[in-house]
Amino acid sequence: MTGPAIETGAPVRARATAEALPSVTVPSRAPSFLGDTWRIARKDLLIEFRTRSGFLSTAVFALIALAIFRFSWDPTAVNTLDLAPGVLWVIFTFAGLLGLNRSFGVEHADRALDALLASPVSREAIFAGKALGNLVFLLGVQALAIPTLGLFFGLPLGPEWLMVAAVAVLAAVGFVAVGTLFAAVASNTRLAEMLLPMLSLPFFMPVVIPAAQATARLLGDQPLSEAVPALKILALFDIVFVVACTLAFPFTLEE
Amino acid sequence: MTSVSAIESRPATRPLPMVDWLLVLSLFAVGGALTRALLYTPADAALGAVQRIFYIHVPSAILGMYVACTIMAIGGGLYLWLKDDRLDRIAESAAEVGFVFLTVVLVTGAIWGKSSWGTAWAWEPRLMSALFLWFVVLSYLVLRDALENPEARARLSAVLGVLALLLVPFIHMTVYLFRGLHPEPIVLQPSKPAMSSEMLGTFGYAVLAFTLLFFALVRVRYQWATARDARLALEQA
Repeated sequence: MTGPAIETGAPVRARATAEALPSVTVPSRAPSFLGDTWRIARKDLLIEFRTRSGFLSTAVFALIALAIFRFSWDPTAVNTLDLAPGVLWVIFTFAGLLGLNRSFGVEHADRALDALLASPVSREAIFAGKALGNLVFLLGVQALAIPTLGLFFGLPLGPEWLMVAAVAVLAAVGFVAVGTLFAAVASNTRLAEMLLPMLSLPFFMPVVIPAAQATARLLGDQPLSEAVPALKILALFDIVFVVACTLAFPFTLEE
Repeated sequence: MTSVSAIESRPATRPLPMVDWLLVLSLFAVGGALTRALLYTPADAALGAVQRIFYIHVPSAILGMYVACTIMAIGGGLYLWLKDDRLDRIAESAAEVGFVFLTVVLVTGAIWGKSSWGTAWAWEPRLMSALFLWFVVLSYLVLRDALENPEARARLSAVLGVLALLLVPFIHMTVYLFRGLHPEPIVLQPSKPAMSSEMLGTFGYAVLAFTLLFFALVRVRYQWATARDARLALEQA
């Protein structure tokens, strides 16, 4: 886009540079919220796709953690079905935190955030784009970790796994909304990597506990109605915190 | 000490008093409430002397969990709206004093639980709610500590304070779900003991005394924060 043009700092020259570059697409209509959201998410995912370092290290972390959990338990003492949901959600929580730390670290590296704020994109769209990028990242980790859990823990395959995937998506939405906001808060401090878990873990509690409970009910072949109270909490959490975090995000940026 | 004399020279900021009269008064009130609870109020027939911890535990819970957290959240929300530093100092002071009260709640609860339940910590909904609230307030204080720029500190901690108020109902829902699925066999559900009028009187007096102590501490902490900010403003001037 107009990245190199912004760095020159002169609007007249910026326009000239933009016209000179053949690949630059000048938007013909006013930028829309959804369009901006998509562009920011795409930018983050493109950086992630080109470097792959963040996703690879997070995925490897999740797989190693699954293996370690499996070996640290005595399968004759604890039923795998009692153990697996908790393990899965603890791993998602920490793998997700690894990904969230990168979300704003990337923007602070070369003060790219200043350019992002100077661009004609609403703060809410920046948040939504960042959250969408993180959501895709986390769903990628889940897509890898859930089948591995089934494999490592010897769980039978069945249609209930589709419901587990739905729970994972539902939980990931709330997780990412809160996590992206606190990643923005924590990125203002020197202790960002250490502060983010402390800020966000109490907020993840109403996501992780119902998700683990619902997973346990579903994998335990219990009727769906057993999992409904947990799913209701997850859905309500998603609605409340997606709205609240989107509204709160502009306050986390310097005026 | 130069900064203290500098503050004194400013008409806007009064020097901190050596003895805070409201704090002294509230300490006497708490002393009176505890004396009354220990010496002049009969102990519970079933629970024994340990029941007297109720007169510290419940007032601390009301003030730490409800009053302090509400002030923290509303102060933060109003700060984001009005950008008045005083609101941030109120939220900061309430959070810090509230954290002390929440710690008292957890410690006295554990002492009572050891005697009455047989275990200092049971995974019971109310305990979990109090514990997670304690974590939220602790993270609020650590966040404030990690931010050096006063404006960023006020703004970002206000965001956390407001979101914390939204989190509290979810914590309650989640912990009751937890219990609903895992019934706790040992729980001797502490249904409110039918209190005699003497106990009720002592309890009411204790609530008043601890409320006075809470606001006296918040006031002292607020004055300290005002002096700190004034000193910072002078140093940067």
